[in-house]
Amino acid sequence: MTAGTVAKKPLLEVIDAEISFGQKTLWSGLNLRVNPEEFIAVIGANGSGKTSLLKAILGQEPLTRGEILLHGAPVLKGSSRVGYIPQHRATDSGTPMRARDLLRMGLDGHRFGFPLPNARIRRRVEHVLNCIDGHDLADKPVGTLSGGQLQRFRVGQAVISSPDLILADEPLSALDLQQQQAVANLLDEERREHRAAVLFVTHDVNPILGMVDRVLYLANGKFRIGTPDEVLRSEVLSELYGTQVDVLRNQGRIVVVGTHDHDHHPDEEWS
Amino acid sequence: MIFNFTDYDQLLPLITNSLIAGALLAVMGGLIGVFVNTRDMSFAVHGISELSFAGASIALLAGMDVVLGSILGSLIAAGIIGVMGAKARERNSIVAVLMPAGLGFGILAISLYQGQAVNKFGLLTGQIVSVDNPQLLWLAAISVVIVTTLLLVWRPLTFASLDPEVAAARGVPIRGLSILFMLLLGLAVAASVQVVGALLVLSLLVTPAAAALRITKIPALVAVFSVSFALIAVLGGILLAVGAGLPISPYVTTISFAIYGICRLVELRRK
Repeated sequence: MTAGTVAKKPLLEVIDAEISFGQKTLWSGLNLRVNPEEFIAVIGANGSGKTSLLKAILGQEPLTRGEILLHGAPVLKGSSRVGYIPQHRATDSGTPMRARDLLRMGLDGHRFGFPLPNARIRRRVEHVLNCIDGHDLADKPVGTLSGGQLQRFRVGQAVISSPDLILADEPLSALDLQQQQAVANLLDEERREHRAAVLFVTHDVNPILGMVDRVLYLANGKFRIGTPDEVLRSEVLSELYGTQVDVLRNQGRIVVVGTHDHDHHPDEEWS
Repeated sequence: MIFNFTDYDQLLPLITNSLIAGALLAVMGGLIGVFVNTRDMSFAVHGISELSFAGASIALLAGMDVVLGSILGSLIAAGIIGVMGAKARERNSIVAVLMPAGLGFGILAISLYQGQAVNKFGLLTGQIVSVDNPQLLWLAAISVVIVTTLLLVWRPLTFASLDPEVAAARGVPIRGLSILFMLLLGLAVAASVQVVGALLVLSLLVTPAAAALRITKIPALVAVFSVSFALIAVLGGILLAVGAGLPISPYVTTISFAIYGICRLVELRRK
């Protein structure tokens, strides 16, 4: 196989995939090809199956139909080719783990044995600390980090195993706007540095609008895939939701109105 | 007389067995205690120990091996808590239901027991310093099995305990490890009941690690401190108890508690 054909091969292929729980179908007929180094935003309401898509790619959630291939082979649980960034959760202040330990677990936390000092691992952790500008915080207990600081280390934890694909599940929620932008920019830099594709689940596309190549929009068991300009339009989303939806653009930000997805936050800006 | 050290040099050879058993238990308790604390299992330990007491008492009444009875009781309790109490809140209520039931069964069995048993209530409050050889063998075997297994699964168990979401994404078998841990915990409790008694097991399996967690958040140091504290408490407790001819448990618990208090003060002074 020549280098040319490798470059054209998709990294991840979701083929005619469906997930149903009893009567409820989250989505079906989902086809998605993710190319190396592509940044894809996965957008949709709560319960539209965004997280289930990530879980299926992680091999944690079985598909009802179809298949998911990574490098042409069915996805397996716990592949080191895949990095994962969870939603921010406050860590208990008593947690016996420093920020550098969080990074290390992303590298060898799944292996057997006691975590003995290891020069190769130490160098790798130092390298990632350089990347995320985390030296000042490295020896602090994770319980004392702010949300934005912790999510920076989450980005580091995800890239430390040099994955080809990073799955991020609402990594910016519970952060203020400034922190959102900082973490999003860091993730963008890191995935370029490590040449990894990103599948980024979010309900607000604005912090990542400048870096997104394509959008996968899930709603009502249906979906649309395309560039932000192709998908985030009033007529496209109106058809997807089956009701009048307006996409407003204001000073480079996108606001979607009329989806009723966010009834609990009626005045929140989102997309 | 609480302290009496005349003829101490003649007493020492008689308690070599106890010291060996105590050291093994301390290493085991110090190590497993780290996970008891980080997995929020302290109360569960208490529940398991009461059922361990019930098992031992029923074995005594039935003329069976007391250690075997206590292991059976422990494992049944650990199994019930492990299967039914995945969430902390459910776990606490299940433990609270099991605990008095176990204690009741145990007291009933002991009251019915007609034989001459020095250690009738030793199972609750700890033995007078004398661990005979068959018992020592049991304790040694259990401790070695637990310590070895813990060191083998240390990394994934830490990952699963401190960062379960990312651990699952990296393929760490969360559920399997949880069941394995409950099994180890059941065995650890059964072994500890033989020495400090069912009511005081917490001082061996919880207090040393809780003290260590107050003064450091560096994972390896937590383990080192926890084991050291447990060794000081158990060996110190045995050596002091010998002089008085009293059960070792009050000495172990008092030393353990004092160490915890000191660690709290150290933590306060650092702030």
